Amino acid sequence: MLGKLTLSAIPLDQPVPLVAGAVVALIVLGVIAWVVIAGHLPYLWREWITSVDHKRIGAMYCILALVMLIRGFSDAILMRSQHAVAYKAGGYLPPEHYDQIFSAHGVIMIFFGAMPFMIGLMNFAVPLQLGVRDVAFPTLNSVSFWLTASGALLVNVSLVVGEFARTGWWPAPPLSEVTYSPGVGVDYYLWAIQISGVGTLLSGVNLVTTILKMRAPGMSYLRMPMFCWTALASNLLIIAAFPILTATLAMLILDRYLGFHFFTDSHGGNSMMFMNLFWAWGHPEVYILALPAYGVFSEVISTFSGKPLFAYRSMVMATMAIFILSFMVWLHHFFTMGPGGDVNGVFAITSMIIAVPTGVKIFDWLFTMYGGRVRLTTAMLWSLGFMVTFVVGGATGVLLAIPPADFVLHNSMFLVAHFHNVMVSAVLFGAFAGYTYWFPKAFGFRLDEWWGKAAFWFGITGFVIVFGCFYWLGLLGMTRRMQHYDVADWRPWILISAFGVVVMFVGLVCQVVQLVVSIRRRDSLRDVTGDPWDGRSLEWATASPPPVFNFAALPEVHGEEAYWAIKSRAREQMRLREEPAYEPIEMPLNSPTGFICAFFSTLIGFAMIWYIWWLAAAGFLGAFVTFVVFAWRDTVEYEIPASEVAKVNRANRSTRLEALHGAGQRRAA
Amino acid sequence: MLPLLCGCQQHNILDAKGPVGAAEANILIIATIIMLAIIVPTMIATVVFALWYREANPRARYRPDWAFSGRIELVVWSVPLLTITFLGAIAWIGAHRLDPATPLDSDKKPLEVQVVSLDWKWLFLYPEAGVASVNELVVPAATPVRFRLTSSSVWNSFFVPKLGSMIYTMRGMVTTLNLMADQEGELRGLSTHFSGDGFSDMHFPVRAVSDAAFADWVKGAQGSGATLDRASYAELAKPGTLDAPRSFGSIEPGLFDGIVAQTVPPGPGPGGSGVEGVRPKGGS
Amino acid sequence: MSGAASPASVTVLRGDPYHLGHSRDGHGESRATGRGTGGPSPKRIIVAYGFWIFILSDIVMFASFFASYAVLQGGVSDGPTGPEIFDLSRIAIETALLLLSSFTCGMASLALSARRMLLFQTAMAVTFCLGAGFVALEAMEFYDLIQRNAGPSRSAFLSSFFTLVGCHGLHVSIGLLWLLTMMAQVLAKGFRSDIVRRTLCFALFWHALDIVWVGVFSVVYLMGSIT
Repeated sequence: MLGKLTLSAIPLDQPVPLVAGAVVALIVLGVIAWVVIAGHLPYLWREWITSVDHKRIGAMYCILALVMLIRGFSDAILMRSQHAVAYKAGGYLPPEHYDQIFSAHGVIMIFFGAMPFMIGLMNFAVPLQLGVRDVAFPTLNSVSFWLTASGALLVNVSLVVGEFARTGWWPAPPLSEVTYSPGVGVDYYLWAIQISGVGTLLSGVNLVTTILKMRAPGMSYLRMPMFCWTALASNLLIIAAFPILTATLAMLILDRYLGFHFFTDSHGGNSMMFMNLFWAWGHPEVYILALPAYGVFSEVISTFSGKPLFAYRSMVMATMAIFILSFMVWLHHFFTMGPGGDVNGVFAITSMIIAVPTGVKIFDWLFTMYGGRVRLTTAMLWSLGFMVTFVVGGATGVLLAIPPADFVLHNSMFLVAHFHNVMVSAVLFGAFAGYTYWFPKAFGFRLDEWWGKAAFWFGITGFVIVFGCFYWLGLLGMTRRMQHYDVADWRPWILISAFGVVVMFVGLVCQVVQLVVSIRRRDSLRDVTGDPWDGRSLEWATASPPPVFNFAALPEVHGEEAYWAIKSRAREQMRLREEPAYEPIEMPLNSPTGFICAFFSTLIGFAMIWYIWWLAAAGFLGAFVTFVVFAWRDTVEYEIPASEVAKVNRANRSTRLEALHGAGQRRAA
Repeated sequence: MLPLLCGCQQHNILDAKGPVGAAEANILIIATIIMLAIIVPTMIATVVFALWYREANPRARYRPDWAFSGRIELVVWSVPLLTITFLGAIAWIGAHRLDPATPLDSDKKPLEVQVVSLDWKWLFLYPEAGVASVNELVVPAATPVRFRLTSSSVWNSFFVPKLGSMIYTMRGMVTTLNLMADQEGELRGLSTHFSGDGFSDMHFPVRAVSDAAFADWVKGAQGSGATLDRASYAELAKPGTLDAPRSFGSIEPGLFDGIVAQTVPPGPGPGGSGVEGVRPKGGS
Repeated sequence: MSGAASPASVTVLRGDPYHLGHSRDGHGESRATGRGTGGPSPKRIIVAYGFWIFILSDIVMFASFFASYAVLQGGVSDGPTGPEIFDLSRIAIETALLLLSSFTCGMASLALSARRMLLFQTAMAVTFCLGAGFVALEAMEFYDLIQRNAGPSRSAFLSSFFTLVGCHGLHVSIGLLWLLTMMAQVLAKGFRSDIVRRTLCFALFWHALDIVWVGVFSVVYLMGSIT
């Protein structure tokens, strides 16, 4: 009846995961209880859970990402503290737990931290920047989000029911085959990633269609903000790369569940094929994450330098070059498996070529600041921190792309430092820059600058300490994924890196405090005009938070930097654009389809992990019925009357006009 | 006192003790210097631009519409391009010259060592001498060594940091690696590819000794009497770690090839242990 | 040229060209031109375009299975090779059924745009029968192979064969489920524009599966029988 699931799956004999799981469960139950008792449930259900509004879904993606980033960071704390005490000793985490922790850390940070953060920012900002009302498929968007959340939930369930993978964040066969990993850990990995992977793919389809087919009148490709370009490249990569991951993991599932021989190294199976297929997805994945972050930096640096992005077309070219090149480098992940000089040489060169467009981007951001009027806000600090630290990550990447260097650095702490330098500098700093930059647009008030800057300085200092040590440890020959070690000269650097994690933790606390402080002081941080940063693209042309329909009338675009042009004209003429002729607007109705689908997919995933076949079948049936019910509904849209649209727009216009006159008087004085 | 001294910087890859490692460290240093020449000015420029053009600096000239310069773009594209062309040439030449399968320059005939990664042990077979050792690699100094490597179950990666080049060991496949120790000395090797719970203990001493000492060691091993055949191999391949190195005086012929062809049964591998195969055992 | 549009259409653009489902019944089309300069495309275009992109991603997934089949083709171990297990006459019938179903599916699309209910339902029903015949033949093939101890766990070649062909079969089966759903929807709700769009997506899906089958047929069965 319950497959492999018995009471012994719950680790009653192990205090660490049990306590951790209990604390998480208590927090979750507490929040749910508070929501229910305080009567917020109907509001949450109506306005958030069933919402198909791209802004709400984007915000939920970012909230999920923030929670999971904290979860992943606690894994990092566990690993650093284990290393701090595991010199010539076993430490406090036995290998079977330590192995789960580093696997979970990677999986959570990449799939449930970085990915949702970037997708969330794209979801939120892209339709606004394009000057349209929503993404191409609003309900599908909700399905995508909830599938991602479903995957995240399964990973967290593994904390208390069963185990997580003990294979690292990429489950390389033969270790991940059922012979060598008979537990449910790898199955948790596989189903969580498959489910969230479907969500990611659908979100990629959605955003590509949005960018290619839905733009405000006059918004030709070369008038799109840079963030839309990077979002386009990133989502095209999702469409081209995620199906490879789905297929690869499906093969591993077949190997594990039905005794197929794809990667078994017996009966003709070939484990090398997994490496090729996995990294054919894995390397583009790096750019799926990094490209939107580059887009955020482009927006932030240009806005806070008070200048257009330097060499916009060159940047577009660089973005698309990275998009194409990212598919030609996967083999550098296994230079050390003996592919031979020619193959290694070719892939070394293709890998290095990616550094060219990336370098161009760095220089173009540099010249965006040149001749500008730079405002050192939190978002700008994150961007500057990125530029200063990321060049090191890029340079070590080129270093690792040189096969002879890789022969001594592969799998070392140097490699760990390199990819954290790329992921943290680009993706995490980009996420925080975007979070600070668009927060007032999403919620109508700015985030506190003092706490934001504190979070930045602690964050970047801790980051430099930790990964500076890691680089050096790599040169000292330390390899990754060791649960304990007995080499004396590693010890001091490991202890310093543990201190660095403490500093990063302070940064994280500042980040949380910033949010709390900002919510409490929201009235003084209020963004009344909708344009708190003197922005240049269309998202700043509407109120903060934007009305559900985003724009009362779709803006007409006559050049690059659409909103900057509108604003400049308003400043010259000291009056706003003429009021549009208001028309009723039809918007898609909210739908619980996404949430219900994710509920059933969680059931399917859990049932497949534990071999509860009837439950899996029931889940499939439920999901199908949900879709049919969705497809059967008669009313799919509701109408917002023209008078309502006019009211909302006039309110925003009056505050903007006030601000315009205020600025005019200041200039005159 | 001696072990303490040897313990320092045991793994430092920049302080190589063999031609392969030295060449690799050399490339590493050259490439780093080349890139530092670019990234350090960039980092300084970022800070300088941000501070000079800050809003509060009245002396900085604000040019709100300056957004393109063909000359700058030319420089911006050519600097990385030229750097990468140069480094690409280094990479291409290095990938060929330092390919692990390329034999090393030496007057001496290379010593052949067959390596099998077991679950959390390393097995070294010396086919010419007919001896084998576990968790201890003894090689003559200043003699090239040709390793042929495979695995009994899951992947590992063989790496002696001070000698250079690591290489993967994979079941059913053979990789080739050529290394040489310049001088006598005590080194360390380890696995760099995660292979399960006992992975952290997969390190081993590497002793580069004189020719005479090597001959002595072979004799000593031959005299030890134990034979490495399928049965003792199967025993050895069971998951677990070893407290002290072991050696075998003779090897069953064709054992290594049998392991590669999987006619010798593969090791049971990690896993297996746990509560009903569902989650790991508690306690440490 | 959208630039030389008539004055009337320019007025439309000045209004609200987004028209998310704008028309009397709430499921209609926009009149905007949608070439990047004209504002968002009409919904019909958006839906079909989005579905095309999804199909492209699906084809990437098939490409991965094709690639793994190509790699593992020689990994027959001690099991049978391709020519020993392929029954080309059965495959010919399967191919004929599927190609014919694409034709009837096209007929259904024509009936859809002509809003002819009986013709549409008939054509869809025939498509279903042909598709179901294909799936049944494939299931029989798989059953026979497993009976002859040539199941997917015998060798890597058979694993990749079963996965590639089975993945296509699974797609066809899901397509059949979708087909029935669309027949029921059109019957119950008539030719409402959102249902019509959905049905056209189904047709795209069905034809795309035909294209994939041509690949499977050529790469797996024809080339496999030669060697």
